[in-house]
Amino acid sequence: MSGASIAMHMSDGIVDAPTSAVFGLIAAGGLGYALVRARAQLDERTAPMAGLVAAFVFALQMINFPILPGVSGHLLGGALAAILVGPWLGSVCVGIVLIVQALLFADGGLTALGTNITNMAIIGTAVGFGVALALRPLAARGRRWLVAVAFVSAFVNTVVASLGFVLQYAIGGAGGASLGAVAVSMVGLHALIGIGEGIITALTVGAVASARPDLVYLLRGKAPRPRTAPAPQVSPEGSAS
Amino acid sequence: MTTSAHPRRRPLLLFAGFGVVALLIAGLLSYFAYPHPDGLDTVILQGCTEVTGGEQLSGDCIAQRADDHALADSPLADYTVRGDEGLLGVSGVVGVLVTLVVAGGLFWLLRPRRADRSRDGDTG
Repeated sequence: MSGASIAMHMSDGIVDAPTSAVFGLIAAGGLGYALVRARAQLDERTAPMAGLVAAFVFALQMINFPILPGVSGHLLGGALAAILVGPWLGSVCVGIVLIVQALLFADGGLTALGTNITNMAIIGTAVGFGVALALRPLAARGRRWLVAVAFVSAFVNTVVASLGFVLQYAIGGAGGASLGAVAVSMVGLHALIGIGEGIITALTVGAVASARPDLVYLLRGKAPRPRTAPAPQVSPEGSAS
Repeated sequence: MTTSAHPRRRPLLLFAGFGVVALLIAGLLSYFAYPHPDGLDTVILQGCTEVTGGEQLSGDCIAQRADDHALADSPLADYTVRGDEGLLGVSGVVGVLVTLVVAGGLFWLLRPRRADRSRDGDTG
């Protein structure tokens, strides 16, 4: 057990093998389904954009910020990615980051990859985007509103993703601490981390929206519903160029 | 929200900015990260104290059950370069580039290619 070195995600052995296997299947199925759904929206603009979002999330995950004396937190990135490139591409982005970290940087155990992907790439992204989608009418009002919606979505994403670990520990935890203590500390600490996640997400989404609002998925009126919602604030086709 | 952005302008500037900022964060800002356990690690270490310079744990905590990483001896393990923590930024830059190539490449290859993809008739 390398104590003090940088490790940001769950190691192997914390959750037993059957539980890890089940969440491995959930993660593989979830990412596979997300990739199928994401495919339809891939083109020569969204593909490089999503690649950059993944790289950006990787970079930001390296930046541990203080939340308490001696305790740090870092971005998870699900809400950030989903607001910028949509929930399907967004969850694949975070999933790829976690795979690269586990395989190349020995960060996050190999058998724990499924649990880590389930928590951060699937649960975090889905919940974060769900909040953003519910608040989209607010986000469409203007940049300040969008930034506020990004903050709230990211905060909820972090807290709920931390509950994923509590669930896995409840099902197949190796022991060493009581479930109640784990739940209280996880949620408490991740509420603080969620503030940092919210600030980083708000800054990033705000910056992209200032430069190119048309590249912010949440503003594009293309929610993953079959019916096309009325696209707000897009000038009529043909009036430009 | 401004509606004056040009929806069809290729967003190369934004892409370049995104990439440069990611490289700067991973390559330089990473040295200023707060060097303490994150939320999850803190929970996992609860009940233990680190002894002999943090290499060993005493007490009972979840981390006592954790296994060493199967790839702990790989060249970039723990965001170092062959164990050299001073090269954190180098391993970060490698990580950004690998992530970009893997994710961007996957998305680029998977994009549906239809020759007659409707382009809103923007021929002029």
